[in-house]
Formats: sequence, C-alpha cells, structure tokens
Amino acid sequence: MTDAGAPGATGTQGHGNLPPLSLHVPEPKFRPGDTVDYSHIKVPPAGAQPRPDESCAASETHPLCLDLVRVLDDENRAVGPWNPKLDAETLRRMLRMMALTRAFDDRMYRGQRQGKTSFYMKCTGEEATSIAPAMALAHDDMVFPSYRQQGILITRGYPLVEMINQIYSNRADKLKGRQLPIMYSAPEHAFFTISGNLATQYPQAVGWAMASAIKGDTRIAATWIGEGSTAEGDFHSAMTFAAVYNAPVIFNVVNNQWAISSFSGFAGAERTTFAARAIGYGIAGLRVDGNDPLAVYAATQWAANRARANAGPTLIEHFTYRAEGHSTSDDPTQYRSAQEREEWPLGDPVTRLLRHLIALGEWSEEQHAAMDRELVDLVKAATREAEKNGVLGHGLHHPFHTMFEDVFEELPWHLREQSEQAIRERRIKWPEWSDESWRENGR
Amino acid sequence: MSEPMIEEAPVSLSEAPTRRLNMIEAINDALDLMMERDPDVVVMGEDVGYFGGVFRATAGLQKKYGKTRVFDTPISECGIIGVAVGMGAYGLRPVPEIQFADYIYPGLDQLVSEAARLRYRSAGGFIAPLTVRSPFGGGIFGGQTHSQSPEALFTHVAGIKTVVPSTPHDAKGLLIAAIEDNDPVIFFEPKRIYNGPFNGYYDKPVEPWSRHPDSAVPEGYYSIPLGKARIVRPGEAVTVLAYGTMVHVAEAVLREKGVDAEIIDLRTLVPLDIDTIEQSVRKTGKCLIVHEATRTSGFGAELSALVQERCFYHLEAPIERVTGFDTPYPHSLEWAYFPGPVRTHRLRNLRGQRRGDRYSPDHRSPRPENHHYPPAHPLCARPGIMLAGSA
Repeated sequence: MTDAGAPGATGTQGHGNLPPLSLHVPEPKFRPGDTVDYSHIKVPPAGAQPRPDESCAASETHPLCLDLVRVLDDENRAVGPWNPKLDAETLRRMLRMMALTRAFDDRMYRGQRQGKTSFYMKCTGEEATSIAPAMALAHDDMVFPSYRQQGILITRGYPLVEMINQIYSNRADKLKGRQLPIMYSAPEHAFFTISGNLATQYPQAVGWAMASAIKGDTRIAATWIGEGSTAEGDFHSAMTFAAVYNAPVIFNVVNNQWAISSFSGFAGAERTTFAARAIGYGIAGLRVDGNDPLAVYAATQWAANRARANAGPTLIEHFTYRAEGHSTSDDPTQYRSAQEREEWPLGDPVTRLLRHLIALGEWSEEQHAAMDRELVDLVKAATREAEKNGVLGHGLHHPFHTMFEDVFEELPWHLREQSEQAIRERRIKWPEWSDESWRENGR
Repeated sequence: MSEPMIEEAPVSLSEAPTRRLNMIEAINDALDLMMERDPDVVVMGEDVGYFGGVFRATAGLQKKYGKTRVFDTPISECGIIGVAVGMGAYGLRPVPEIQFADYIYPGLDQLVSEAARLRYRSAGGFIAPLTVRSPFGGGIFGGQTHSQSPEALFTHVAGIKTVVPSTPHDAKGLLIAAIEDNDPVIFFEPKRIYNGPFNGYYDKPVEPWSRHPDSAVPEGYYSIPLGKARIVRPGEAVTVLAYGTMVHVAEAVLREKGVDAEIIDLRTLVPLDIDTIEQSVRKTGKCLIVHEATRTSGFGAELSALVQERCFYHLEAPIERVTGFDTPYPHSLEWAYFPGPVRTHRLRNLRGQRRGDRYSPDHRSPRPENHHYPPAHPLCARPGIMLAGSA
C-alpha cells in the first residue's frame, strides 16, 4: 500500500482550490487519413526579409529567426536583398547536383529493396539544404554532416562509385565494410565521418573550428543536424562552446518536421522556432525557406562571411519537409497523412529551381528531361561499376583480418589473438579457408 | 609501441639530472614539456587556465603558452570531450581535463561512440589523438562523487587506452607517452597519491613523495611505453596485480605481513602487459588482484579471467580479489570501504601459507562434509593437475 503523503507517492489531492495541473503531450495536426490544411504555416513573401550586415550583433538577427528568408517568388524570380545573384552556369550546376542526388537516392532505395544492401536513407525534398551550402562554402571548409547530407558529397565531386561501394559494403568499400550504409567518411573531401549517434558532430564541428582559429587558419566548419536531434545535450554544449570562443562555425538545423515518427513538436517546435534558440546563446540566427536553394545559398554565404571575419557563429534553420520515409526501415503512412507531402506550402526545391532557370530563359523542360535521363544513366553506370566489387551478403568483402585493424593504430596482443581465434573458428566450417581463397571465391 | 623501454634507453636515465617532484609537479612537468615540444598540444578543461587547475596540475602553463593553448572551458564534459574530438580531427593533440573522474559520464557518449571509434569507422581517415586527464580514486573523504574509479567503463570500450600511474616518475613518462600516442587515452591520476605515496594506513601521517625513490624525476624528455607493467617488487609467494594508489597499499601490507610477494604495477590497463603477468603467476602459482573500484564487473574480473585462462595449470589457489564493495563510495565509512590494510589482513593468499594449501575463504559458509574439492571435473581429475605444486 502506498502512503499518499509519502515522497514519491501518487495522489490526486491538491492544495485548496488550485486547479489540477495537466500535462501537455504534443500531437501533430494530421494523422493518417486526415485532410491536410497548412494554413497555420505563415509563408511570407519572397524578398521581404532584410539582410543585415554580416558583422551585426547576434541580437539584430532575432526578427529573422522568427521570419523566413525567401528569394524565389511565386513567379519564379529571384528577388530581394538575399538574392545571391548567381550566374546561370552556377544555377544550372546547382540544379544538376540536386537532380543527381535525387536520381542517386531513387536508385539506392531500389537497390535496398532488391537486397543489394541492408539499409538506405533518402533526402528527397531536402536536397537544397545540403547542395546549396556545399556550393556556398569553400571546398576545404570542413563539414560535419548528419546522415541526410549526401548532397554535399555529390556536390564536392566524391565519386558515385565510392558512395555505392560503401553502401554495398563490398571489397572496394573505403570503410572496409565496417560502417552501416550511408555513414560515409571522406577526409580528402573535407567530409567528416558520419556517426550513428545523433548530434555528436555538433561539438566536434565547434572543436574543429576552434582548432582552425587556434592555428590562425582561414578555414571554417559547418555542421548539420535534424530538428529532432536539437533536443540532445550535445546541441546545447556546441552552442555554448561556439558562443564562448566565438568559433568560426555554421550550425545548420534541417527542420524537416519529422524525427522518424515524432513531429517537430517533440523537439519544442510548438513554442518557438529552432533558429530562435541561437539568440539565447548570443549566436546569430537565420530561418530560411529550406526548399528555396537560393535562400539557402545566400544564408550560408552570409554565415560563412561572418565566420571568416571572426564575427562569430551562425545557426541556420532550414524550414523544409521530409518527403519520404525516415529510412528504408520506416513506413510513414503509419503515423502521418499521405497528403502532407502534396500540400507542403514551400513546394519542391528541384522544381522551384528548374522553374527559376526556365523563367530566366536559361533552361527548358526538354533540357531538363534530357538531363534527368542522362543522370539516371550515370547512376546506373556507377551502380554497375560498384557491383563488380560485390553487393552485401554475396561475398567479395574486405579481407577477413581487416575487421581487427584500426581499432588502435597498432594491433595489440589481445586483438591479434582474437584475429587468430576468428580464423580457427572459420576453419571449423571451411577447413581449407584462408583470407586469399576467401577473397577470390567469396568465403 | 615499438620504442625501447626506458630502462633500455641508450643514455641511462639514472645519469640524467633529476629533481624530487610530487605527482602533480611531475604531471605539470610533462604537460610543460609536451607543449614546448609540440605546438599542436593544447590543454583545456574547467579551471585549468588562469587558475592552474583545482589540483594545480596546469599551474603556470597559460602564462607560459598563452590563452589559445591553455584555456578554461564551460562546465560541460560533453562539450569538453566533443570539442577535443573535433580538434583532433583538425590535427591538434588536445589534452582535456575532466576535473574528477566521477564527472566524466556526461562526456561518455563522445568518448565511447566517437573518440574510441573514429579511427575504426573512418578506416584511419580520422583519428582522435586525445589524452583525457582525470583525477580518480578514493581515500580522501571525497564521498560518492569525488572518489570513484570508473576504469572498467573504459577498459570495456574497444579503441580506448587506459593508463593509471602510481609514482611521479611514471606519471611524467606515461603522460608524455599518452600525449604522443595517436589513440585516445584515458589518463587516470590517483589523487590520493598526488602529494605522497599513501599506503592505506590512514591513521598515520602520510609520507611526502620526497622520501620515496620514485619521486626522482629526470629533467627533460623521456617516455614510458604504454602497455608495459612495472615489477615493483620481485617475489616468490604470490603475484599481486595492482595499479594506482593500491600499489602502495599492497606494498605496505605485504611488507608488514612478511609475505614474499611479487607486486606488479600494471600502469596500463589496455593494452595490458599480459606477458609480465603470466610469467609472474607461473612462477608464484598464486594471484591476488587489488583495486579500489567496485567488485562486480570491475577490471579485476578481467584480470582474474585472463590469469585463469592462461595460467590455469600453474595455479595452486583460487585467484583472489580485494576491491571496493558493490556500493556507491561512502563518506563516513570510507575506511571500511577502502581496500586497505583492514580489508586485506585475512586473505588466504597473503598468509604466506605453504604452496598447495587448499583454499577455504572464510567469508563463505563451510563446505559440506561430502563435498569433494577440487570439484570432480574430468580436467581437474587428471593427475599432475591436482597435484601441481603440492610438494
């Protein structure tokens, strides 16, 4: 029996006539089958947002944290002070990278369904949030991505074949089959190794930026996180350290409304924007239309200039929508209305840039269709090339002993012993087995 | 590590000029020396900058090397370690301090999921050459959150090296080796022996380091390779495995009892110097493990398992462990908890009994009359095994 007066006891008696307290558990507006009405999302007109000086006080950006920086208007023109005024060649390259990323995602998703790999994650609808920043940053600015910024690698010219090798965990995989698919690592492309543990890259990016400042370098760091992961303690630590040391870092929060099945309300979105959090730390904040590649580019450029001038870090919230499931292991029809994607008020980033280029007279539907076909072939060719090195579960992996390497710089005795043990265990089933024979015939 | 051991260095360190230093001074000396030698070494942590650290380990460094190389941090262990990982990825060699090992837990995700795995998951593309210094251990009336010994949390993690010095001489040499090492190292400093080699006799005045031979610290650079134990005292009757404060406790207790024990200071827990341990236990036939940390799943369990697996036919008695109890570290009952002289005096392995004596730990209920010991396992029933060393 519980004593109702004891500490920790549950009970309902209140004090005097105070109303009973109630717990608020957020609930998304729409569930499967619901009609979607996005009228509560305020979409301000493009070009209406002021562009403060890059060296302004962080507090001056507060209005922008509650607004939405937009460049592309309803007539597909680039307008206002945030217009980065990119030339047609750059715009076409941006469009191509976005279309290529989408084609890559589609192909890899199919590859997972065909059993060529165990897992995949698309970034459909969010292409602008990785490709535009990758183009606005210098090629050697270090990026600390989450798992949904494959667009950065593609934009930086990382070979598609290498990406697919990693996804297939085959014998050419540069990560030697150790990592879950899509957890890329590309030091020579200034792309930090992706971790499964959410938000850990945030303080790491700050540390990298601090190191760059300690050494009097000119490179800056940029990092990405989903809105759901802003709830992690690492987010707070990173923001605090960046503010304290005025670290040259750009924090990107990709607010795609969903963290697997949890809507952004579970990260605190019902009370304020994610950009507004920056202000409490004394960091500049910008909230941008994440489906407007020009707005994303301009915001990144603004933040990069600010960081490079030792004016401090910036947090950019990219307001966007996760058009697909969380991963190949997820079925979004179980928790959200299928209509959401169609009704999303900020549209599709690829379509918006395409229409902008057409409006400029620098692109056509025919050219776009031809490019799409070309990109599909490009991805297909890369896939075929990668498949020569094997697909998951069909042999052709890295040599067996590599499993024990790189835990430490040198192999300590206990790992050497375990490596030998593993070989003995394998020979129980395949007495003739050796690393070499296995490399050739796949076991 | 392929570097020669310090004892085999071409220039004998015994000829090098030395100074008498306590452990804090030796650590400060190592940091100073490494910051001087390598411009990529940076020191960071709570109160380590202007103030010089709550234990004075970083005293004077900020003044000498400037604020961008020795700096105070916000109170965020997650931030300290996370930022250090990022600095390591850039190419620096950070030496973050966690003020007490008891407060390392907020940084655990960054250590376990990131620092330890960076090299592995990036196939060598990125490394985390950090050395996390942290005062640890009890015996100072530190209560629950200033006394813990969480080494087993780290020895269980693939990709992290764990080091615990027990003398000023070793503290300097091991810290230099840890900072030079390209793997992440947890460097636990037993704060009970910062000022003197505490031997467990809490009711007697503690000797200062200046009277101990291992406080003679060579000037200049030297390193002690990680993964090499130190035989504190050679002996024949029993092998004692210890590290940190417990090295001195074991030494004092065994001297008092007149046991001819071989005391091994492990110095590095991962990678462990298994050869030195094996050789010793094969010689003595008995093994006693001493650590301050709680017993269950403590590092002693790993040591015990390794000795059992590798020295089984040479063992004449069960391996014994003297450890902290499986409770949070208490304040008022510190000396009932601490595995010091009070806790060790009844141990069978320490009684200097003849080789081959049977084991009957007195903390267990008596054996039933019909119980055969050793148990009738086919392996144990083989002649020559039961009888090993019973002459």
